[in-house]
Amino acid sequence: MSATAGDTTAPAPVDPAASAAVAVRGLVKRFGEVEAVRGIDLDVAGGETFGFLGPNGAGKSTTISMLCTLLRPDGGSARVAGHDVVAERDDVRRNIGLVFQEPTLDGYLSAAQNLRFHAELYGVPKAVVPERMRLVLEMVGLWERRDSLVQTYSGGMKRRLEIARGLLHAPRVLFLDEPTVGLDPQTRSSIWGYIEQLKAAEDITIFLTTHYMDEAEHCDRIAIMDQGRLIALDTPEALKASVGKDRVQLQVDDAQAAIDALRERFGLEATIAEGHVTVAVAGGEEFVPRLFAELGVPIRGVSVARPSLDDVFMSYTGTTIRDAEAAGGGDPMLRMMRGRH
Amino acid sequence: MASTETRPAATAAPPQTPAPVRVVVAPAGWRADLRGIKVVWQRELIRFWRDKLRIVTALVQPLIFLFVLGGGLSHIASGGTQGVDLRTFMYPGVLAMAVLFTAMFSAASVVWDREYGFLREMLVAPVRRGSIVLGKCFGGATVASLQGLLVMALAPLVHVPYSAVLVLEVLALQLLLAFMITAFGVMAAVRVRQMQAFMALMQMLVMPLLFLSGALFPLAGLPRWLEVLNRFDPLTYAVNPIRTAVFERIDLTPAARAALLPGITWFGWQVPIAVQVLVVVGFALAMLSVAIWEFRSA
Repeated sequence: MSATAGDTTAPAPVDPAASAAVAVRGLVKRFGEVEAVRGIDLDVAGGETFGFLGPNGAGKSTTISMLCTLLRPDGGSARVAGHDVVAERDDVRRNIGLVFQEPTLDGYLSAAQNLRFHAELYGVPKAVVPERMRLVLEMVGLWERRDSLVQTYSGGMKRRLEIARGLLHAPRVLFLDEPTVGLDPQTRSSIWGYIEQLKAAEDITIFLTTHYMDEAEHCDRIAIMDQGRLIALDTPEALKASVGKDRVQLQVDDAQAAIDALRERFGLEATIAEGHVTVAVAGGEEFVPRLFAELGVPIRGVSVARPSLDDVFMSYTGTTIRDAEAAGGGDPMLRMMRGRH
Repeated sequence: MASTETRPAATAAPPQTPAPVRVVVAPAGWRADLRGIKVVWQRELIRFWRDKLRIVTALVQPLIFLFVLGGGLSHIASGGTQGVDLRTFMYPGVLAMAVLFTAMFSAASVVWDREYGFLREMLVAPVRRGSIVLGKCFGGATVASLQGLLVMALAPLVHVPYSAVLVLEVLALQLLLAFMITAFGVMAAVRVRQMQAFMALMQMLVMPLLFLSGALFPLAGLPRWLEVLNRFDPLTYAVNPIRTAVFERIDLTPAARAALLPGITWFGWQVPIAVQVLVVVGFALAMLSVAIWEFRSA
């Protein structure tokens, strides 16, 4: 393994304009009358893990399909790994890895054969193929099963194999379209384990879509998409901060004294919830030291709960993801793929 | 790994930091396209070899035609075959038929690939889509010809002597025929997205084309309408050269030759074998072009 100047730590945040892994300007896609993507702009820096959050039908998959050169934009432009998705399609394709929602493996081939097929199609030099195959298969824990036919794999194993295959040609950007949808919680968390491992091991940008709120928290930054538009784009922390306050709960012997002290010294109205004194405060973590220093009432324990991304989605769209999905009527991309074309 | 990391200065554009295992993939171009053709072809072979049942079932139909239909009809047909065993006459047609069905199955794999999602893996690869179509067609042709070789092994059972030249001639013609059929099938498979619909379409087209081609009866003395349809059937121009190659190796009376191998005429002009082969090549290229064109926008 010849490594030159390996930066094994998490990459430093870089100026997005200088080395944007993904740069999107005014991107538009229409399916007949339906405008699935209505002019979005975004920049993803090299090494970033970028999450695309939104209900089904928000336009996430359509956007990702355009970035992966599978769909031609109707307006605007996009550059991925420094190449234009329309004019330099093959250059984009060589530099990206793709993991789709639906499986794209050949069940009649073994895992190793699927990977070799991929290596050949993407022109991975013959000399590095065995080493590279071992690396990606070991990473997802399928090295021992490499010679089994893929049709004997479980759903979770197939998804892991797809991730391994997406990484085989060392892409600069890995696109994961709903990487954990339809998987059991244990497999979901192990997939996130691989993604964390991957970020540590390779200089790679990860661009993923999800509609699980808890998964979005693994991302460096999140874009929230709803009805074809980006309605918010920031770090999970900043998005949550924009929603409002953390929930601080105190365990005290004298609840009334604590409530009085909070009102007098901090001007906060506390209540008793779940048996604890509960107060809503911006920047809860910073508040805790002040609390201990200034409250003047003995405290036995403190917990700080942040607002969830569910709260964030709710505050931007006025609806929960689940309700938005019920109203959305499915993904226009899927509708198009099932229909004529 | 020793950390020799130097953080780039804020002013300079940071260079692309190499990944721990640096893989530089080959650029696009004809080499990439050739690799694409090769790997798609290889996959067809691997899958054919895996599916032993398919090899056997694809062999059953020609055998039924040859020995059940041919054997059963041989008595009532004996008057028209000038003393030649009907099975011997039908053998070249059955050689074509074996190839036909296997090639169709290969083309059908495009529909499977779409259904199981693997088509997408190929469509997003940094190779030209034409190379994927070509790989499929070469794969279909190879696999079908392997199947054809199995049928060719039956030659002595129908009184056709083995000969290396014959095998090569027939193999070349089978390759060409299979290529044409696969290209035709791929062309159809891009449009037809359900397996059942594709199979029904193929059944609807293949049987009439096979019967019209003269694979199972001589072209001499046909009714006018049948003769016209026969001349429009691309299979005709593959079956006749195969039959000519086989019949050159067996002893035939001039009367039998005239009755069983009248050749193909266009408005009274005897079409040379070379031209017949060119007709098949033409059909194959035309269907291939349509298939590639369709695949580009698939």
